[in-house]
Amino acid sequence: MMLRISKYSIFFFALIIILFPRIASNISAIEHYPDIMIFAGIYCLITIGLSLLMGYAGQISLGHGAFYGIGAYISAILTTRFGWNPWSCMVIGAVITSIVAFVVGAPSLKLKGHYLAMATLAFGVIVFIIFNEEIEWTGGPDGMTGISGLTLFGFPLNTVERYYYFVWGIVLAVFIFTVNIIQSGSGRALRAIHSSEAAAMAMGVDVSRYKIMVFTYSAALASVAGSLYAHYLNFVNPSSFDIFFSIKLLIMIALGGMHYIWGAIIGAVIITFLNYEWLHYFEELEILVYGAILLIVTIFLPQGLAGIPAIVKHWFRRTLSDGSR
Amino acid sequence: MTLKKLLIIVSVCLIGFGLCISCGKKVEKDAYKVGAVFSVTGRASFLGDPEKKTAEMAVEAINKAGGINGHPLDLIIYDDEGDATKCNLAVKKLINKDKVCALIGPSLSGLSLAVLPVAEKNEIPLVSCAASYKIVNNEETGKPYHWVFKTPQSDSMAVEAIYSHMKTHGINKIAIMSGTTGFGASGRAELLRLAPDHGMTIVADEKYGPKDTDMTVQLTKIKGKAPQAIVNWSIGPTQVVVVRNWKDLGMKNITFYQSHGFGSRENIKLAAGAAEGVLCPLGACNIAEQLAADHPQKAVTMKYLKDYKDKYNETLSSFGGHAWDSVHLVADALSAVGCDKAAIRDYIEITKGFVGQHGVFNFSPDDHNGLTKAAFNMVVVKEGDWALTD
Amino acid sequence: MEQISIAGQLFQYLITGITVGSIYAMVAIGFNIIYDVTDIINFAQGEFVMLGGLTMVLFHVSFQIPIIIAFILTVMGVTLIGILVDRLAIRPIRQPSVLTLIIATIAVSFVIRGAAMFFWGKNPFDLPAFSGRNPITFYGAVIQPQYFWVVGFLIVVVIVLSIFFDKTITGKAMKACADNADAARLVGINVNQMIMLSFALSAGVGAVAGIIITPISLMEYDRGAMLAVKGFGAVILGGLGSFPGAIIGGLILGIIESLVAGLISSGYKDAFALVVLLCVLFFKPSGILGNIEISKIKRF
Repeated sequence: MMLRISKYSIFFFALIIILFPRIASNISAIEHYPDIMIFAGIYCLITIGLSLLMGYAGQISLGHGAFYGIGAYISAILTTRFGWNPWSCMVIGAVITSIVAFVVGAPSLKLKGHYLAMATLAFGVIVFIIFNEEIEWTGGPDGMTGISGLTLFGFPLNTVERYYYFVWGIVLAVFIFTVNIIQSGSGRALRAIHSSEAAAMAMGVDVSRYKIMVFTYSAALASVAGSLYAHYLNFVNPSSFDIFFSIKLLIMIALGGMHYIWGAIIGAVIITFLNYEWLHYFEELEILVYGAILLIVTIFLPQGLAGIPAIVKHWFRRTLSDGSR
Repeated sequence: MTLKKLLIIVSVCLIGFGLCISCGKKVEKDAYKVGAVFSVTGRASFLGDPEKKTAEMAVEAINKAGGINGHPLDLIIYDDEGDATKCNLAVKKLINKDKVCALIGPSLSGLSLAVLPVAEKNEIPLVSCAASYKIVNNEETGKPYHWVFKTPQSDSMAVEAIYSHMKTHGINKIAIMSGTTGFGASGRAELLRLAPDHGMTIVADEKYGPKDTDMTVQLTKIKGKAPQAIVNWSIGPTQVVVVRNWKDLGMKNITFYQSHGFGSRENIKLAAGAAEGVLCPLGACNIAEQLAADHPQKAVTMKYLKDYKDKYNETLSSFGGHAWDSVHLVADALSAVGCDKAAIRDYIEITKGFVGQHGVFNFSPDDHNGLTKAAFNMVVVKEGDWALTD
Repeated sequence: MEQISIAGQLFQYLITGITVGSIYAMVAIGFNIIYDVTDIINFAQGEFVMLGGLTMVLFHVSFQIPIIIAFILTVMGVTLIGILVDRLAIRPIRQPSVLTLIIATIAVSFVIRGAAMFFWGKNPFDLPAFSGRNPITFYGAVIQPQYFWVVGFLIVVVIVLSIFFDKTITGKAMKACADNADAARLVGINVNQMIMLSFALSAGVGAVAGIIITPISLMEYDRGAMLAVKGFGAVILGGLGSFPGAIIGGLILGIIESLVAGLISSGYKDAFALVVLLCVLFFKPSGILGNIEISKIKRF
């Protein structure tokens, strides 16, 4: 398990974020990539929280698509129906989502394994049905249009580049904050819960409190991501927040590597590009190829893509020691 | 340190992958590029799949006939999978990267509404293949959006066709069934909205999911309310199952109306005899054989029917024709004014008497759809085929 | 105008609920067979159902093979695919964690769905009802003959499986793998073979479910996911690993959906059923007939 994350690597990460649009804009084949990266960044916000929940606290969730949707719909409804300021909507969304997550999480997180998976899945489906049915508020399956964009200190975030830096700035901040949690005492408590709840409890860790805290934190992040999504696309519809999106989040975490916080970012970026760009060339065979890629990664890299360095290191050491013999 | 390595690997892979995929494309300097976004796979493939096939067929025919004034037509089709994000990205990619002269699609009303501001902002003509009247009606101004057109009939026209048919047959007490998809929900909304104007009393308003196995319950509930007719608005297998359940429950004395989504002969076949007597409003291309020989659309619809059958060997769907209309509308504009976005828009706006699959279009600055209620013909299922009815 | 009484309506809701619930129960049983032996929730279970329906259409409608032979061929074909899934996707995974296995089965479901779309296209297909389409009227309610087949097959499958797991050596060996794979290995049980057998059985049951519901609801390539969600709900509601639980869970979900659609709101019927599911879980975290020990499975 990746315990330490060096300042060095975070600096390098920030550098890539800053340079990517500059590099991309000079290469015509990938000039539209920053636009896709915005969505990857939005998904990163969810997967960072989810990775903390799954990889560190050991709790599965198939309901984060719903939290993402609640954030998006609260932003959409409050800005279009009541003309509220998008920033306050974002905060209200996060607060409401946290409350919902707490209310749902408190009884659900007592459940184990597949039962927890089903409970969160059920929650996700129920929320999706509400988005679909409350047509007066949500616009029903056709969704809502006319959601205003964001303005930061009188500076409209209305171009791809501006929104890119804005979203990835938030991702970086959230990432650093989350890394700090992991490296703190709470992080150790979370890992203890993951290894053995009974042992953690015996050591005096308030297991259920930690689980609910992480669940709520990850839900609030998903809500912020939802608001960012709604204000960028200026549109929301229920199908962006269905259970298949929740499953996609799960795939991002697994593909990236759930025991590595970097895995959340790698998984979100790779899956976003596979879905929105690269696999497009396979046309009708897209879903088949997607499934095959997932399967191959699962079989050959059970630790996810973020586990590659460890495997390479291991392999390198073995070859070196073989060579010296 | 290892992380750094990993990050380098990932970014190199990313760029490398992107590069090697994109370099294989050939670019014809001379071609007119038009972009299309259809929901070819995913939840709305019933729209996008026939639309894509039709569009490809139409473009092939245009190019075989020497293109547009010698320019080949290059239609770049992206699949949005019914996903708002993917649709938005595809439209922006078509505009900014592929640099197309005009856009066709998306297939879904919700997604058309979602990308309409993108087309407006980038000042590029967009010819939607989706039904909602909101696509060509800015609620604030009551006028159409400047750059946006659509070819399918509005749901409100289908509803009006159904309601007028009901009125002439003395029906005023009805029940609604609808699927919980965009198609079902917008049909339901129109049915509810227009009911008071036509003196219709709605006694039941039932719904079902797009993958539900059985609709007996909803129909039983409706049976208890004893309406004179049922209007069902859905798509895919459920609209067939609902007809079968209607027959099984012995509700043949309650007239059954379907939406135009029922317009494929495949559905009559799947209903296994249960569809006899079902009424629905259909565009001309779905009943090409039944049209009178002097009908203005007889020639184009018969040709489309034949070509589609020859090429794909499958029954014509209810929706493919919209793509035919959109492609030919844009092609006509291109042949008249060339690849000039503003000129294409202006040309489409004054197009009159354009004979398409779903009607004879007469566009105007106040009407970016160009169709009237007359674009729908009420038909009834008789002996396993459509038959025109008054 | 033929009227229908309130009692007749309720009776009709109940009958439809039982039929739909039986379908969920069939899917749930498929989940249980694999779970019992491996602790895996196979998210591709719905795809087996879809494949069953579509393969039957291919054999019976397209190739005109008589129904009984087509039925056997279909079940065998899908069983073979179940075996392939185990050999190609599940067994090669080293250090399997619960999440990896979930992702693997989801990936399998994508591959199967993609292949089915490629092979059959996107349109729905129909299968003739086994004994015609002339409904039977019974106390004001109308029953399609196919309903009897659905319930009948559920009963047969349950009886056969119960005998298999309780009375045969192979069945007992399979159960032993679930309790403790290492111990099972020590007493000479070929665990890998048992896992393969569980996938085969589960795919076979899924295929049967697909064959019997296609005449009611038609079948197309992407129906599997929704059936899997319903079946998963049923298996959790009833309690993981319990066959009677799967049946009870399926029937409860089906009947609630049906009654809510008839009496309260057809738009919210699925939501109501899931709220009931959640309430049950909050009071009994291992489902109605589940064993609390079984619910303490491996961590994610």
